[in-house]
Amino acid sequence: MITVKELTPINGISAFRRLFSCKKNKKIICKALKRSLLVSLWFVFLTFPIMVIKVNPIERTVSWRWGNIFYVAIGSFVISLLAKAWLVRKERSAARQASCSVRASIIQDLLNRPGCRYPLVVLLLGVALLFPHIFSTYQANIMTTALMYIVLGLGLNLVVGVAGLLDLGYVAFYAIGAYSYALLNLHFHLGFWVALPIGGLLAALFGVLLGFPVLRLRGDYLAIVTLGFGEILRLILENWNAFSRGPSGISNIPRPGFFGLEMSLDHAMIYMYYLMIGLVLLTIFMVNRLQDSRLGRAWLALREDEIACQAMGIDKTRIKLIAFSLGAFWAGLIGVVFAAKTTFVNPASFTFLESAIILAIVVLGGMGSIVGVICGALILILLPEYLRALSEYRMLAFGAILVAMMIFKPEGLIAGVRRTYCFQGRKNAAALQDDE
Amino acid sequence: MMNKRMNKPILDVSGLTMNFGGIRALDHLDFEVQAKEIVALIGPNGAGKTTLFNCLTGIYQPSSGEIHLACPQSGKQTRLNDLKPNKITEKGMARTFQNIRLFSQMTVLENVMIGRHCRTHSLILGAIFRDRKTREEEQETVNKSCEILEKVGLSGQVNELAGNLSYGAQRRLEIARALATEPFLLLLDEPAAGMNPQETADLVALIRQIRDEGHAILLIEHDMKLVMTLSDRIVVMDYGKKIAQGTPAEIRINREVIKAYLGEDGG
Repeated sequence: MITVKELTPINGISAFRRLFSCKKNKKIICKALKRSLLVSLWFVFLTFPIMVIKVNPIERTVSWRWGNIFYVAIGSFVISLLAKAWLVRKERSAARQASCSVRASIIQDLLNRPGCRYPLVVLLLGVALLFPHIFSTYQANIMTTALMYIVLGLGLNLVVGVAGLLDLGYVAFYAIGAYSYALLNLHFHLGFWVALPIGGLLAALFGVLLGFPVLRLRGDYLAIVTLGFGEILRLILENWNAFSRGPSGISNIPRPGFFGLEMSLDHAMIYMYYLMIGLVLLTIFMVNRLQDSRLGRAWLALREDEIACQAMGIDKTRIKLIAFSLGAFWAGLIGVVFAAKTTFVNPASFTFLESAIILAIVVLGGMGSIVGVICGALILILLPEYLRALSEYRMLAFGAILVAMMIFKPEGLIAGVRRTYCFQGRKNAAALQDDE
Repeated sequence: MMNKRMNKPILDVSGLTMNFGGIRALDHLDFEVQAKEIVALIGPNGAGKTTLFNCLTGIYQPSSGEIHLACPQSGKQTRLNDLKPNKITEKGMARTFQNIRLFSQMTVLENVMIGRHCRTHSLILGAIFRDRKTREEEQETVNKSCEILEKVGLSGQVNELAGNLSYGAQRRLEIARALATEPFLLLLDEPAAGMNPQETADLVALIRQIRDEGHAILLIEHDMKLVMTLSDRIVVMDYGKKIAQGTPAEIRINREVIKAYLGEDGG
């Protein structure tokens, strides 16, 4: 008999074929076939008005495109079957792995093998450093944007992924950072390097201000309040002309300086790129340490069970505020970088869509996993850039990917297991030391 | 027993009342717990035992009445009303939950380490710079947590996810997590629920050991055999009121208690 273990190939079709060859699975298959048939009929019915009937209002004729029925039926049938096969396979592997405590995917395995880890990191760093010289400045520019989203994702990851506080207004802190640089420069002629920490700290302060009223809220309620906060801030920026110059925004924001050196546009862009690489590395370093600390553990506990967390002596108020303000701090930093990069800010850059994208990066990448968030940011920001041809379908694909992820891999591309695994190694050592 | 009574109690509850709308869940409850004593709280379902625990640990704010906790070492007394749950834990009273509330996606060791949170101090800067003090604190947290896990017999499953443990092991982990907060009074809410006889026997030994190490224990339990063998004193509740208290031998023959458990025509 075919054991479940052999069903590991990623290919859904081959997994399905193997399922089929096993007698024990016949029943499941029949059920799946019936279900898929129903699904396809339902889809035919649903899409009938758009796919089959075509009304031509000018010639006043109705054309019936019966052929489309078959495409819809076959397509939905196959997709439904594949989805079912995938789910079955996933359930089984989940049942199989329930006994072993820590699962590690191939990537995590690779990252954690000491022989692989450093060469891999060095290789990645090398590619990252040479990137603007290998490819064009335009490519480096796109990559800079992706790097910015990596930092934003890592910042939000602290709030959403680690502490479990669903924040839909994250873009507000991004805006605070951007506007603080723009305004400080406009009124006081402060440079980028002075504005960078100020922007971050100001955003962190606003994080605490937002944190106070929402301390009691959780889940959906928290999401709605933070969403409101983001919108309020954007509307203020849009309407308070005297303060923020309204929708027309603030222009002529200087790019970051380098010891007063004059730079061409190309060089400024490359400089920006290296600056972001530095910021990303710093963020990874800091976030990694934060997650693997007393504070990080308390956040995880907060995510798991608020009451037990309090009963164990954790000051819920304090660690929630810290999570909010730290998350906001990175958004503020990147806000300043954003203002310097585009040399122009206006409220249109800080819509809810921006928050949604950053949240999608965290969810898609894997809540609480640094590598996951980095992968998520690269995929979600770079793919649309390189698939410009399909730009009309961008939002459609975006939605489809997220829905598919939630069904098939709710823990994200690279789940937060890495964190546990990493802890594991260190703790193992610590525990062993203790035993000796 | 008499000379124990002479001491100042470490937990002193007087006139504790808790109303939920029109329902009075606790009705002028008085009792106290002495240092290094095992007190059992029994009563039929719905008698208000868990409500009492929630009031004691600050999860509910009692409608009226006083709760005082006195540290046996320093003798310092604190009023617990209006304190937040985390503050109460800091004062030296920790609890377990009836419906297990472990952090199931964290490892066994991490769960216990969470308990050490209120006895450690490092924050953002400590986490980022990882200075010597933080590293020492972290190492101490791990060491102490491992020690406690060894005590409750979970040292072999340190890196297991808490959610994957067996039921009995999860109960013991809850006790370990509470012990990590260094309490002098431990509140156990039905620690033996769902355990088999062997696990219960192990639990009795564990609770005795914890008591011998100097912790007082207040426990809610339905397993009468456990209650009778383990406790120094029993408090019986029904409909939010204390209906009896005394040694196991006294409670066993108390008419009120028999009536509460078996109904009116017991005799």
